[in-house]
Amino acid sequence: MGGPNDRRAAARWRDARVVEVAHPAVDAVVLRFAVPERVQHHPGQHYVVRLRAPDGYTAQRSYSVASAPADDLVELFVERIDDGEVSTYLADVVEPGDELEVRGPIGRWFVWSGRTPAIGIGGGSGVAPLVGMLRHGVDLGHPERLRLAVSATTRARLPYAGELEAAGARIALTREPGADHAGRLDAEAIAALVDPETTVYLCGSARFTGAMETLLVDAGQPAGTIRVERFGPTG
Amino acid sequence: MIVATTRGFVGRRRERDPRLPPGQYDVGAGWPVLTAEATPRVDPDRWTVTVDGLVDTPTTWTLRELRLLPPSVYAGDIHCVTTWSKLDTNFTGISVDTLLDAVGVAPEAKFIVETSTTGYTTNLPLDDVRGGKAWLVWEHEGKPLTREHGGPVRMLVPHLYFWKSAKWITKITLLDHDEPGFWEVNGYHQRGDPWREQRFDGD
Repeated sequence: MGGPNDRRAAARWRDARVVEVAHPAVDAVVLRFAVPERVQHHPGQHYVVRLRAPDGYTAQRSYSVASAPADDLVELFVERIDDGEVSTYLADVVEPGDELEVRGPIGRWFVWSGRTPAIGIGGGSGVAPLVGMLRHGVDLGHPERLRLAVSATTRARLPYAGELEAAGARIALTREPGADHAGRLDAEAIAALVDPETTVYLCGSARFTGAMETLLVDAGQPAGTIRVERFGPTG
Repeated sequence: MIVATTRGFVGRRRERDPRLPPGQYDVGAGWPVLTAEATPRVDPDRWTVTVDGLVDTPTTWTLRELRLLPPSVYAGDIHCVTTWSKLDTNFTGISVDTLLDAVGVAPEAKFIVETSTTGYTTNLPLDDVRGGKAWLVWEHEGKPLTREHGGPVRMLVPHLYFWKSAKWITKITLLDHDEPGFWEVNGYHQRGDPWREQRFDGD
């Protein structure tokens, strides 16, 4: 996962230039950065973004990388939380050409090398690191190594819905009755994924990951094979 | 170098609460759950904690036995490396000092490793858990500690980032050398002082 020099370099704050800004949904922004002296990430890792006010006040948040390591830019998916101090700024104010302080890539636990089979389960914006994994699998010519199941309230609130659909992910939309993928990730859906030999990457809210853990373990997935990235209310 | 300011960003708080370490925000009444592993179900009647390693008398306690020892309350703030802080909260349990006094600390002991029922580990200098700085706790704000927050019993080292406070603690091992734990080998800081922003490797 990179030597100590890479790790030091990753931890250093640097100014990254925003190259692209997209608003795939009303409550989301995708930012693509050019990061100087970039340390290549592993799918699943995150970056920290820090905002600095004129009086020196700072606020920082972590966001999973949704791009593949081979991408020239680093892509972060940000869910806009209405009272979120950082996410509202990123969603409402940031434009291409802006420079933002970032550090990363960070984290060496919730990472997938792409060399072994894996199972990814994501809820809402928790699909972002899984999309980074999916894209990496595609780059390696082995998208089949990663099996995905994702859930969101509606298709509009499922980040990267088209890409996930095209990849054959199991999709469950919990509040869109009549839609193609209406339903939830229930015991049956999870049991179809279980493989005791395979690492599971589970990302989403505390409530979502808690529910999925129970289904996984009940279906025979060993608890020790489940890697969890949980997020709570972090605006 | 780093941009002087972020264009158009003023931030929400003009009056910064002095209890908040740099880069932290006040989560208010909430308490986010952050765990890297599946949440275990630990039966309080079967749970035990052991203090071993460089001690005179390695000892194991049940929860019932811990409750017979003098209780201790922590009232104050906690800080998570993911940038939330929870201010003015409280926990009830027992001071780690009580356990260390019971087992007898060997003079060469300088570090500890906390181990959870899940196998999660985290390392600390011994001095960070003695002298009234660390607790084993089973109540939060008067209620039994919930499973997702580490119940039945978790470690509490509130002056450091919260990953140093192992959930579902089951063992404290005293060592003469530092042994990096779960997050510490995965890119996080060895000590984790929020006032120095010791979040990651190299901070």
